[in-house]
Amino acid sequence: MDISELFFEAIGTLTLNKLRTGLATLGIIIGIGSVIALVSLGQSSQKAVAAQIQSLGSNLLTVIPGAQSAGFVRGAAGGATTLTYEDARALQTSPQVTTVKNVSPEFSRRTQVTTGRKNTNTQILGVTPSYMEVRKVSLASGSFISARDVESMTKVAILGSQVVSDLFGDGVNPVGQSIRINNISFRVIGVAESRGGTGFQNQDDVVFVPLTTAQKQLFGADYVTSISVEAQNESVMTQAQDEIGYLLLARHKLKDPASADFTIFSQNDILGAASAVTGTFTTLLSGIAAISLLVGGIGIMNIMLVTVTERTREIGLRKALGAKKKIIIAQFLIESIILTFAGGVIGMVAGVATSYIISNMINLPFALSPNSVLLAIGVSGAIGVLFGWYPAQKAANLQPIEALRYE
Amino acid sequence: MIQLSHISKIYKNDSVETIALDDISFKVKEGEFMAIMGASGSGKSTLMHIMGALDLPTKGTYILDGEDVGKLEDDELAEIRNRKIGFVFQAFNLLPRTSALKNVAMPMVYAGVSKEERKEKAKKFLEMVGLADKIDHTPNQLSGGQQQRVAIARALVMNPRLILADEPTGNIATTQAEEIMAIFQDLNDNGHTIVMITHEPNIAEHAKRIIHLRDGKIVNDGNHHKQRRVKR
Repeated sequence: MDISELFFEAIGTLTLNKLRTGLATLGIIIGIGSVIALVSLGQSSQKAVAAQIQSLGSNLLTVIPGAQSAGFVRGAAGGATTLTYEDARALQTSPQVTTVKNVSPEFSRRTQVTTGRKNTNTQILGVTPSYMEVRKVSLASGSFISARDVESMTKVAILGSQVVSDLFGDGVNPVGQSIRINNISFRVIGVAESRGGTGFQNQDDVVFVPLTTAQKQLFGADYVTSISVEAQNESVMTQAQDEIGYLLLARHKLKDPASADFTIFSQNDILGAASAVTGTFTTLLSGIAAISLLVGGIGIMNIMLVTVTERTREIGLRKALGAKKKIIIAQFLIESIILTFAGGVIGMVAGVATSYIISNMINLPFALSPNSVLLAIGVSGAIGVLFGWYPAQKAANLQPIEALRYE
Repeated sequence: MIQLSHISKIYKNDSVETIALDDISFKVKEGEFMAIMGASGSGKSTLMHIMGALDLPTKGTYILDGEDVGKLEDDELAEIRNRKIGFVFQAFNLLPRTSALKNVAMPMVYAGVSKEERKEKAKKFLEMVGLADKIDHTPNQLSGGQQQRVAIARALVMNPRLILADEPTGNIATTQAEEIMAIFQDLNDNGHTIVMITHEPNIAEHAKRIIHLRDGKIVNDGNHHKQRRVKR
């Protein structure tokens, strides 16, 4: 008796009791479905975060004040005050720095912004004209901060699209209107193009003002919270990092690179950390989903045990007529594998559909690696073997006379 | 061809021993038609199980077609049952929702016979028991007598050395029982060895030799002298 015959016989048996077969499979469908959906959503958000970070440019370096320590996260912007506008200008102009294209000093702090009637708490970013180039900002309307604005500390602002809708409502062009930051009136001269808001922070929830205005007029500071540096191209990133490091060490009169009072990191560093975080979440959630898969497997075992008991006479007859143990084992294993495999395939389709719908709903790019699909199908087959083994053994070891006598 | 020597079967249940068979010895020659009679509890079912290689004796040796069945493993016993013994049960034991043809073909499945040959042979044997027009019927579409004829076809399909019938007419209407016995007699006339268990004397009368069992012992073994039914 070959496998295909056993297979068709098993299909025949399983279709005799469709409700039971369906219910037994449901556990696996839910298990595999939730694992696939969660893994896929995890990959989607990972992809979204990666895309967002990479949209800033892969040749972007960020310098923040604060000593290098385990990981780059140490010292959130503003935690230390060792970087200055002059540092940034030196990076741009020094002949020792050959691989740097653009330098963008930034001063960032959250504060309250109001139009008189409405107000919102948002991030104020003091920047220079090069920010637009370095951070790939484009404008929906109006103009960006000019060099003159920085020189003369003019009170002008460019709003992110989130701030526009918070303060003025959707679809309103606020150029020419005025807003108040820390009770100082600013004229709105532009609106930044929306950049999407997934990941750690909403990139549209921001107000750009001239760097000097932010430092002197708004917050009374003489330092910058970060310097973004655009390297000439991706291949000189390491060299650029070294040049920036040595120049800043020299400017800060430090000899030992280990005692540096600043930290330089690239987008890839952030990407790595962000991937690690979303990866951990995905693993955690999939682990929880895997428990439901285990429960589904136990359900299959339960049904198979019931089936074996119900078919005791049939098993006895088959053995009396010459069926050997391995044939009986194969017969029941194939049944349980069909149950879990079908459940796995249906669950996979359901999981992919769920993930597709959810990622469309929350504006994530849909992602699903073929590996996880193969893994899900493999796992569901393995569950069939694992949880079908004991019932199949039980069937094969039935004594024919006991089984034939069984009522 | 069949030789039982000093066969005993003792069941132990909570330290209480039940002797089902007590030192039984007899031979069955090729072509014999033997009936085993006895009241319930006499040990005739146990004897049938041992002769059918469904169970092993506690003591004694059982030689079937030159092979010592008492020394075999489960899978080897399965093979003996498959190739050398044809079973006919009181309750027919056909697979439900499965066509007569497939039921008859089942022993051949386990013998590794090809699909085409199985179909052809099963058809031939169903024709032989007079069910040529019922090959696609499932057991619940057949009468008791017809079901038993399917079971007989199944017992014959592997061309076994021994046909073992356990109360073959026990679940069948009297008129049909006669037809079943006629088939057994035809088989015996064609050289098949048949051992049949029954408690009905009029059924046992069809056999050439009758063994009476009581309390696990043979109390009478002999050719009975009533005239056999006249051959058609």
